[in-house]
Amino acid sequence: MKPSPFAYAKAKSLDHAIELLSHPEARLLAGGQSLMATLNMRLSAPKLLIDLNGIGGLSGIVVRNRTVEIGAMTRHAEAARSPDIARHAPLIALAMPHIGHAAIRNRGTLGGSIAFADPAAELPACLLALDGEVEIAGQTSKRAVKADDFFKGLFETALGPHDVLTAIRLPAATTQTRVGFAEFARRHGDYAMVGLAAAAKADGQALSDVRLAYFGVGNTPVRAKGAEAALAGGGIDEAVKALASDLDPAADVQATAATKMHLASVLLRRVTQQLMEARP
Amino acid sequence: MSSHRCDISLTVNGEFVAETVDARTSLVDFLRDALVLTGSHVGCEHGVCGACTVRVDGMIVRGCLMLATQCDGSAVETVEGLSDSGEIADLQKAFEQRNALQCGFCTPGMLLTAQELLAQGGVPSREEIREHISGNYCRCTGYHAIIDAIEAVAQARASK
Repeated sequence: MKPSPFAYAKAKSLDHAIELLSHPEARLLAGGQSLMATLNMRLSAPKLLIDLNGIGGLSGIVVRNRTVEIGAMTRHAEAARSPDIARHAPLIALAMPHIGHAAIRNRGTLGGSIAFADPAAELPACLLALDGEVEIAGQTSKRAVKADDFFKGLFETALGPHDVLTAIRLPAATTQTRVGFAEFARRHGDYAMVGLAAAAKADGQALSDVRLAYFGVGNTPVRAKGAEAALAGGGIDEAVKALASDLDPAADVQATAATKMHLASVLLRRVTQQLMEARP
Repeated sequence: MSSHRCDISLTVNGEFVAETVDARTSLVDFLRDALVLTGSHVGCEHGVCGACTVRVDGMIVRGCLMLATQCDGSAVETVEGLSDSGEIADLQKAFEQRNALQCGFCTPGMLLTAQELLAQGGVPSREEIREHISGNYCRCTGYHAIIDAIEAVAQARASK
């Protein structure tokens, strides 16, 4: 199908993009790998597309003050190739090969994926697992919002109608950092039926600060807090049991709720194994 | 500042093109309808099937998920360009020899996707080839012959 007619404006600067957002039916166009698909299928029909691709300074990866800052317009392919991401944000590096396909990763952006907030997408869950935050530029000021407060509902975030997500910030990995990532998808690169992104701190033989962020099991990425506490207490079986109260997935076109719950427990065992292994 | 009609100028397969397009026209529709470069195919139109794969500024993209107007100032290459330049002549030959196509609908996208992997150099494993073409649907071959063809070209190029 073809999209409904819309006007197109290429923003010259961040301020220009925010100014254009005063149009009541505008959408921001980043990589377009989700947005254009929804427009083609007429799931949404904005009257104005504001293209962010011409704005300088919105992409790139910087590591400073133990923080990894990733510009919103950084392409997946760039992050996947980045030695800084591999070293300082290894969870993102683990997730990258699961995101779409080569042609999608050449174009799709990290900021776009997080702002779009597809509940079955990898990066929102990674941001949540890493206790990261997003930087948002609004009409009058900039602000930072933690991942725990950013994802509000189905495709709904803390972004207001005049806001632009400009960067994501992640705590840089330390020697104690452990991460794990796994997902089930019917075809490599497709959205997951269920997935799990996890981060923790190695504390001798034990784990602390465990954060388990599931995707594909609810309206947003979902933390399994009962399982987090159980894992920190050392019990994988207890953690799997806790999932019964942590998660309440709805059946969708891919799997029944019972299947998703089963897959979630399989993923927890696999990812816990990854968390227990020392980083190479 | 914003417009439903956009003036664009770009190069397509090395030739300068200046056109006025609807803002909503996708890159692949522009190539097919305005320039009659019908080698890039329109399949699912939502980024799943890979039949519309083209190269923009040296990187493969989905022609259905990029607007023509976004290619203002870019260098676009299609299967026609890669074919005429001889860049993928060995790959095309291998596809033919190994029956890596039947109906041929996916083939232009497969060729561009395979060429991006092969251009990285070395001989990728069959697993790496599978991963790289995972975004391109083929409903005829079952993929094995396609992987055979890409692997054979990788080995042939590496031994040159």
